[in-house]
Amino acid sequence: MGKTIAEKILSNKSKRDARANDIVIADLDFTMGQDGTSGLAIQAFNEMKANKVFDPKRVAMVIDHSAPSPLEGVSALHQQMRAFAGQQGINFYDIGDGVCHQLVPEQGHVVPGDLVIGADSHTCTYGAINVFSTGVGSTDLAAGIISGKLWFKVPETIKFVLNGTLPPGVYSKDLILYLIGDITADGATYMAAEYTGPAIADLSVEARFTISNMAIEMGAKCGLMEADDKTIAWVKEHSVRDFEPVKADPDAVYAKVLEYDVSRLEPQVAKPHTVDNVSPISEVAGTPIQQGFIGTCTNGRIEDLRIGAQILKGRKIDRNTRLIVAPASRQVMLQALQEGLIQTYVEAGAAVVTPGCGPCVGTHNGVPSDGENVISTANRNFKGRMGNNKAFVYLGSPATVAASVLTGKISDPREFLS
Amino acid sequence: MQGSVHKFGDDVNTDYIISGRYKFKTLDMRELAKHVMEDLDPEFYSRIKPGDFIVAGKNFGCGSSREQAPLAIINADISAVIAKSFARIFYRNCINTGLPLIECDTDRIDEGDELEVNLKEGILYNKTKGEQIAITPLPPVMLKILSEGGLVEHFKKYGTFNLD
Repeated sequence: MGKTIAEKILSNKSKRDARANDIVIADLDFTMGQDGTSGLAIQAFNEMKANKVFDPKRVAMVIDHSAPSPLEGVSALHQQMRAFAGQQGINFYDIGDGVCHQLVPEQGHVVPGDLVIGADSHTCTYGAINVFSTGVGSTDLAAGIISGKLWFKVPETIKFVLNGTLPPGVYSKDLILYLIGDITADGATYMAAEYTGPAIADLSVEARFTISNMAIEMGAKCGLMEADDKTIAWVKEHSVRDFEPVKADPDAVYAKVLEYDVSRLEPQVAKPHTVDNVSPISEVAGTPIQQGFIGTCTNGRIEDLRIGAQILKGRKIDRNTRLIVAPASRQVMLQALQEGLIQTYVEAGAAVVTPGCGPCVGTHNGVPSDGENVISTANRNFKGRMGNNKAFVYLGSPATVAASVLTGKISDPREFLS
Repeated sequence: MQGSVHKFGDDVNTDYIISGRYKFKTLDMRELAKHVMEDLDPEFYSRIKPGDFIVAGKNFGCGSSREQAPLAIINADISAVIAKSFARIFYRNCINTGLPLIECDTDRIDEGDELEVNLKEGILYNKTKGEQIAITPLPPVMLKILSEGGLVEHFKKYGTFNLD
């Protein structure tokens, strides 16, 4: 009987024949914490009476959720992370370096076939480059950085076969929102997702990250893809590590196989206050918008910034609407500067903020006021998510956000793309 | 364990359990606990009596990996969370921090019901309704970590994973 990608990676890393529902203890290739979770991880590390991390090269801490610090308490947490990183000699990314899930693959820390944990739920992002990566809490991270191991329940897998070609103006964000709307917020709980088919093969590696990033929004443990030539070229450009991609066996056993044809997909929008509350744009177009946000680990990459800028170039955003842009990393920001994209955004009337999570988690950088509607490229729209439980958050692609801030209401980006 | 029920619906996410606007401010969990479930029910914290239960529908704890979520619940003196199903990161975080969780059908449990729970024997008894409810037992690995008081205690004892 064949194996899924998840079963194969967990077999390799636990050195046993791991099958769905087995519990294994497996070796970790990389571990990561951010500033919302590392404080508790360091506390647990100390309580566990540990002195050293298992391998400083395989540990990273990233200040991205509240960067730069908006509050004294946060500054103290950041200081604690800097001190720990200095003592342990681990990889450390400070304010302005970017969002953890952009940095980990961009800086070449992870390669196909790896097993990775991160104390952030969107760690599933690296599944796009064939990495079994999953979010854990701070205590799991502490155990992981001490021992280099963690226990896993080997997940069953749901396979998504995506046929057809995405129409112009419809992006990987629209596709993943559609899938989440279809299988709902707990449709893949305790399971791995595998995404495959011609529509995935057509996407750039950057666009694929958006899909794997949101696997957690259907409850999945990871969002895996096979490595094709595009993946291999991308990884070689970013990492010096050797690697061996992992493919699913043709006779692998899946909990479910779901097939879709994406050829007639419309842009999609998730409405307040759940990610699976998804509608085609035609049903929500015209909803007034006071704030737009382009950025995050979902859609803050250079391609995303290009798509938004293409729509905004030479135009001004609606006078009653604000736009916030946060490039996903320093490297993305530099590239955007070189290409003139930042100039386009600033001229259009946007506020460009520090690379990092920006207003997505509601700690700073653009908390909406009572009753306001926000359209964002982020991955969550829970009540209170952006820091105000009386605001309403809609999710869409960078193109949909750019089109919506031009008109001051949710708008179909295809009307602005020639 | 025994206490009364505070009932919530489906898909209670970790942003609702403890909002991002508080979790970054402090590592003082007693302080964070005062804001537990605030966006769903601003009065919730003030109504908790030590030992009470949170009871919910499916997919409890979905969303972010913040361990402040189970810690805020523990520090609000809730003795266990009972739901139809749990999101997986939250599930792990509960085991690791020592917050008991119980998977069972919660449709027949209502706000204010008095419950009695014996985890070792796998019994949940609704005293108000005079009913016993079947619960899904935890796998041995998780029971071991939970019975040792969480993953920190496990590592203090063994220095690494010792789950066989």
